Amino acid sequence: MTRYLIRRVGQAIVVVVGVMILTFIMVHMVPGSAARAALGVRATPARIAAFNSTYGLNRPLYEQFVSYTGQLIRGNLGTSFTLQQPVSALIAQRLPRDAILLGMSTVLALLIALPLGIYQAVQRGGIGDNVFTGVSFTLYSMPDFFFALLLIAIFSVQLHILPPEAPQAATVAGILADPRALVLPVLTLTLVSVAGFSRYMRSSAIDVLAQDYIRVARAKGLRERLVLLRHVLRNSMLPIVTVLGLSLPGIVVGAVIAEEVFNYPGMGLLFYQAATSHDFPILLGSTLLVGVATVIGNLAADISYAVLDPRVRYDSA
Amino acid sequence: MTLREPWPGAVAASGPDGPDVLPEVGEVPAGRGSGRLILSTFARNRVAMVGVGLVVLITLFCFLGPLFYRTNQITVRLNIEELAPSGKYPLGTDASGYNVLGRLMVGGQSSLELGVAVAIASTAVGALYGAIAGFVGGIIDAIMMRVVDTFLAIPGLVLLLILVNIVTPSLWMIIILLSVLSWLGVSRLVRGEVLTLRTREFVQAARMMGASRRRIVIRHLVPNAIGVIIVNATFTVADAILTLSALSFLGLGLPPPSADWGSMLSDGLNYLFDGYWWLVYPPAIILIITVVAFNMIGDAIRDSLDVRLQQRP
Repeated sequence: MTRYLIRRVGQAIVVVVGVMILTFIMVHMVPGSAARAALGVRATPARIAAFNSTYGLNRPLYEQFVSYTGQLIRGNLGTSFTLQQPVSALIAQRLPRDAILLGMSTVLALLIALPLGIYQAVQRGGIGDNVFTGVSFTLYSMPDFFFALLLIAIFSVQLHILPPEAPQAATVAGILADPRALVLPVLTLTLVSVAGFSRYMRSSAIDVLAQDYIRVARAKGLRERLVLLRHVLRNSMLPIVTVLGLSLPGIVVGAVIAEEVFNYPGMGLLFYQAATSHDFPILLGSTLLVGVATVIGNLAADISYAVLDPRVRYDSA
Repeated sequence: MTLREPWPGAVAASGPDGPDVLPEVGEVPAGRGSGRLILSTFARNRVAMVGVGLVVLITLFCFLGPLFYRTNQITVRLNIEELAPSGKYPLGTDASGYNVLGRLMVGGQSSLELGVAVAIASTAVGALYGAIAGFVGGIIDAIMMRVVDTFLAIPGLVLLLILVNIVTPSLWMIIILLSVLSWLGVSRLVRGEVLTLRTREFVQAARMMGASRRRIVIRHLVPNAIGVIIVNATFTVADAILTLSALSFLGLGLPPPSADWGSMLSDGLNYLFDGYWWLVYPPAIILIITVVAFNMIGDAIRDSLDVRLQQRP
């Protein structure tokens, strides 16, 4: 186990460095210079030169990379060109909002998807299974933005029961104080995730239901409820752990769209605005953050998999 | 067993003489074997057939439709903008005066071409990459897989948002960009498959008979992983069409006057609250049906290929 852990952490570090290099190169390949984006199209050449030397953009790429890495080690993500604020401060301000939005919707999605997947597996081929399969296929196949706007059209414009905009409060307490405004953004992200998770849960539960230990549990007269709770739920949840680790980037993508539709000033919106205004430091900082979070998420998923499932033993391999 | 009836496809897959036993895999003769296996799996699966039927109908609509129903999709005509559906314009006209029904056909061409092109390109690259990594193993495998992990760690849309700033969006450019992002999943799947295949006797036999590495990868490993590869390719078509629509929504899709269902939908959504339903629901419905159809095909093939999902006697 220890050897596996060391190897796995080593791989994770390599990937994080890879993410840094990749994003750095890509972000600097963007034409239409940062100076133009920050200073406007009427900026004089002298001002552009001054801007470039202030931010070190006139130095060779590898020098910029070395100094960026040096800053990173000291915990400095640089300063936004357009907002003139430290990127780390911007991220610190936005991240809690995403924690609320993404955390709530992911937990809700799991609470719905796990029982749903088991229900579908038990009813496999029956009407219930086919109906929910159809529903989750449709949800999964809908563009996120269309789905979000449809919810707004129904609940805000037609029925007038929910506001079309996410909470605009600056603090976490302020956002939580306005739960009605949170409903639609959370619902959008939840239903899209439910569609994916319940499919995995269904396959996984079908797999588990066919195992001999389920037959034994039933043969010894265990009530069906207990069979499902103790044996099926627990065992079929294992693959979901991995799926959860892997779906982190997907959840972030959903957040970019949802934040844009509901005007929720989280990381997704910050990133989208930075991408359209060539704000390199924000692009680099937030991409790096998501990359690191994904690597850690996958690492955590792998390790918890090994801990949760006694059959998985990596040392012998 | 208290399990209900399995999926129709799963029942059909076990013939009258009991469940089919998948033939022991060996070298797959070119053009036969694998192709026939896939075709027969296909034909027996009702869900897959419904999906295929839908895809065929939509493809005919988009590519043959314009031959019979000629419309102007190039020049803007503001004198006939936002007309409600009528005899002359069955699905009305949009804000630029384009005939919506005709535009669905033209837009569908872009969406379908993009989806299929991305699926083919990314599957070919990903499958070969994964097969090589899994077969060669060791340090090269480790390096190749860390490259994949690196790309996978960054959300696709985030990469795209950066990349679309670097290039000028055109259909071909977006196909290339989406392919760059889509081969990663395939390569992982195929590598996993190859890792189990390479220890099988027929691969060792081929190696002992002096087959070159290239021959083993192309003739033995890739064909035997074909099920996984095809399932993934169908999902890639669906995902690519959806991703293009997300890009269109963010204003980074195909430049006008070219259209795809995603851009029609996101343009139409501006008028959602003004009652111009014909600008929203036709592209939404055809987009969703197409994506559902491809997902149905993929899901159904996966269900029938996965032995573990078959009903046990």
